[in-house]
Amino acid sequence: MRFETIIGLEVHIELSTSTKLFCACSTAYGAPPNTQCCPVCTGMPGALPVLNRKAVEYAVKMGLATNCEISEFSRFDRKNYFYPDLPKGYQITQRYRPICTGGYLGVESEGCLRKIGISRIQLEEDAGKLIHNEAEKVSLIDYNRSGIPLIEIVTGPDIRSAHEAVEFLESLRLIALYTGISDCKMQEGSLRCDVNISVKPAASGSEYGTRIEIKNLNSLKAVRNAIEYESERLKVLLSSGGCIIAETRRWDDSNNVSEPIRSKEDVQDYQYFPDPDLPGVYIDRGWVEEIRSGLPELPQTKRRRYIEEMGLSEQDARLLTSEPYRAYFFETCVEECGKPKAACNWVTGPLTRLLKDKNLSFSAPGISPAYLAGLIGMVDKEIISYTIAVNVLSEMLDTGLDAGSIVEKLGLRQIADEDMLTEIVDRVLYENQDSVRDYRSGKTKAFTFLMGQAMKASKGKAKPELLKTIMERRLDQL
Amino acid sequence: MELYKLTIHEAARLLDRREISCTELTESIISRITDVEDRIGAFITLDIDRALAHAKFLDKLGPAGYEKTALTGIPYGLKDNICTSGIKTTCASKMLENYVPCYDATVYRKLKAVNSILLGKLNLDSFAIGSSGETSYYVQTSNPWDPEKVPGGSSSGSAAAVAADEVMFSLGTDTGGSIRQPASFCGIVGMKPTYGLVSRYGLVAFASSLDQIGPLTKDVTDCALVLNAIAGYDAMDSTSANRPCPDYSACLVDDVTGIRLALPREYFNSCQSDEVRSQVIKAAQMFEEMGAVVEEVSLPLSEYSVPVYLMLSSAEGASNLARFDGIMYGYRPDGANSPEEIYKRSRTEGFDANVKRRIMLGNLALDSGKFKNYYLKAARLRTMIKQELDKILGKYDIILSPTTTETAFRFGVIRENTLDKYKQDICIVPANLAGLPAISIPCGFDSTGMPIGMQLMGKAFSDGLLLRVAYTFEQNTDYHIKRPMLHRGDVNAV
Repeated sequence: MRFETIIGLEVHIELSTSTKLFCACSTAYGAPPNTQCCPVCTGMPGALPVLNRKAVEYAVKMGLATNCEISEFSRFDRKNYFYPDLPKGYQITQRYRPICTGGYLGVESEGCLRKIGISRIQLEEDAGKLIHNEAEKVSLIDYNRSGIPLIEIVTGPDIRSAHEAVEFLESLRLIALYTGISDCKMQEGSLRCDVNISVKPAASGSEYGTRIEIKNLNSLKAVRNAIEYESERLKVLLSSGGCIIAETRRWDDSNNVSEPIRSKEDVQDYQYFPDPDLPGVYIDRGWVEEIRSGLPELPQTKRRRYIEEMGLSEQDARLLTSEPYRAYFFETCVEECGKPKAACNWVTGPLTRLLKDKNLSFSAPGISPAYLAGLIGMVDKEIISYTIAVNVLSEMLDTGLDAGSIVEKLGLRQIADEDMLTEIVDRVLYENQDSVRDYRSGKTKAFTFLMGQAMKASKGKAKPELLKTIMERRLDQL
Repeated sequence: MELYKLTIHEAARLLDRREISCTELTESIISRITDVEDRIGAFITLDIDRALAHAKFLDKLGPAGYEKTALTGIPYGLKDNICTSGIKTTCASKMLENYVPCYDATVYRKLKAVNSILLGKLNLDSFAIGSSGETSYYVQTSNPWDPEKVPGGSSSGSAAAVAADEVMFSLGTDTGGSIRQPASFCGIVGMKPTYGLVSRYGLVAFASSLDQIGPLTKDVTDCALVLNAIAGYDAMDSTSANRPCPDYSACLVDDVTGIRLALPREYFNSCQSDEVRSQVIKAAQMFEEMGAVVEEVSLPLSEYSVPVYLMLSSAEGASNLARFDGIMYGYRPDGANSPEEIYKRSRTEGFDANVKRRIMLGNLALDSGKFKNYYLKAARLRTMIKQELDKILGKYDIILSPTTTETAFRFGVIRENTLDKYKQDICIVPANLAGLPAISIPCGFDSTGMPIGMQLMGKAFSDGLLLRVAYTFEQNTDYHIKRPMLHRGDVNAV
């Protein structure tokens, strides 16, 4: 039997506002426990929430970038439940009037663009963090995270494979990075995902199968593995005539299995109701347009432009846009040198590698894109060879100097003077008479060796084509 | 001279002229407390040393050493659900027996800033849920006019302390009449300002959309002085109104010419006491004689206001009280081994029956299966009640009624007759549902000598007008001057 897998995602993205959703506490990651909290975010009796305008702006940005309707009126609700990391006994979220509704995101899957519907984007506060100390049998609570703003993005049941889910998440991550609303560091928990999954026989029409929820996946790898595992598990169950129970499961990353946490039968009643401490939010249309016009070019548009206008390959375009600072570096460099392909090769090749070696990043690379453009120009004008240029780039990153200064300082200018090169070739041929003999007896490898020796003698500075021509000529003349 | 008997405005004049010192005034109040507190039981926390030290410090600084307002040097008390850093804030519950806030409520911060002298924290119905003052975990406050009778609630201590001259004023909180009803029972002035006029920051919430902090005072002039000190926008409270406040003392004009008063038939018909009804009608006639226009009106939705109030306040209360679970806040039982056990025992042992009843009612209203028929229906009715009141207040300046349908009752009555007593709130809860200002002032005594209160309710932010009309009544009557006999020294006072 053939099966179809139906997937919907609930994605939580931590917003990178400098203060929390309802108070002025810092959101910086990694501070000592309970040093970034106040009466409001620890839910002290009598304390009251005041909405962070920046968080609303960020949610609107995500909504606009994902083709959502921005609500004119939005409101906050209380989700009531008991958990030790939840100091107020309820979470402030948006059940009835989310900030954004009805959007979509195009995702490339098997060569075609699939529209993944986004039913809502809501603003809510994060909870504190429980730290269990097994040895001392105590649990501690760190409230630094309590009240940090999150957006929850809920998709429709439109995703059909692990690949699509990962593509969708990657697109969301990039949008968040480009719009600057989140750093999306999965290892710090700033992007987390719940997966809703069901499987049905492909021929069974529009009726969905029983739904399983997998909670709290915090890496793309976990999302991919969990979906693949779960959809396989469900298919096997269905094929063998088994019965699927609606339940919530967790993903065990180290053993690559999902396991049940609770069945949907004892589903909790969260008793949602409008939070009386927070008046509704009227979102001004003018403000929305202001935000819209301030949006940067989004990664998908950028990618298309690189391919269509700059003639880059799909793969290169993806690589370049996989990080906003890398794309920025690339584009600025192209503006300076006018050579997209060369700039692309340099940025995705040597520059990426050297930055990694030197523990630098595109956000603070130590040189300006104009410097790389300068370097590309020197290779182009044959002032230095490509090989030398890579070394020059390394030097540039170390010193912060431009290519010209380094080439001059280290005397790396390419040698294209025929007399000088002839002199070098002659010396090499004199010193390697065995190889010359080999060459003449037809061993072509000897030529490569001699060329290598000559290049070495020129300290790598010889213009390769010219050196080769001279080498061939002198060998013939002997 | 018995300084404790003074009103704020009288004491402020003497302080101003340096005829008395802050220390003398505070000492007089303290000796009064010593004399009558056993009989009244108004305080949960009393900090005499702190109050005296504060008074002495002010005297030492001298008038040049601090900014002087009418409330400077005036001893007062706070209802014990208003957060005071470093001073226990118990909400009269076992749950918060040892809760010492680390921050100040905005109203306390404002009173600190003008150097009013805090004597202590006043009793209430546990978590401000109740209307008789009988559910405190700590002390039973009794009515200063009759030790057999309740002071009213939930601001029981706040009302009784003012009536017994133990404080010169107090702050209470009013979610469904909790300032006005005890003020009426104790024969003093109690005001619930317009929702949003006074910051709720630092008030341990019962029902956030209904709660409002307000003054309890000996007369209307004092009420305006206290309102001046506590009203105003607060960026820490999102429901606070960002608009300028008038000088409420300047609103006190002895004139009601042309003021239109509406007397809702339903409010008067619900009176269980003929004496209460006739006394308020007498007051209305007096207004008429002074040039006001008085007319009977009908508010057909009145019968729904108490059920709607119960539904919404319980729903919000259940959620607001969820934080008291023994983990971060509230009573932590010994020997509990799991979070679930802590929750269960903390809430079972830390809340009293009255609070539990309201939490259960609230959870019922919010249950996802019943939400539409209970909470949402009540919320819609609330809007309709507000519209009905707004419509009447479009034609009239003030809605005049009794504050309560009878005078203070005996202890224990409410336990036997809970639902019946809920119904007594018919005149007072509409102001909370609609966010309107309302004030209760003394307007007579019944045949047993218990005070009768009348309520003036106005348009949102017409607090100044309410004070003016109340002031006019007070200037032409002497009910507010009478004080209960509590001590041998009180003989001359009556």
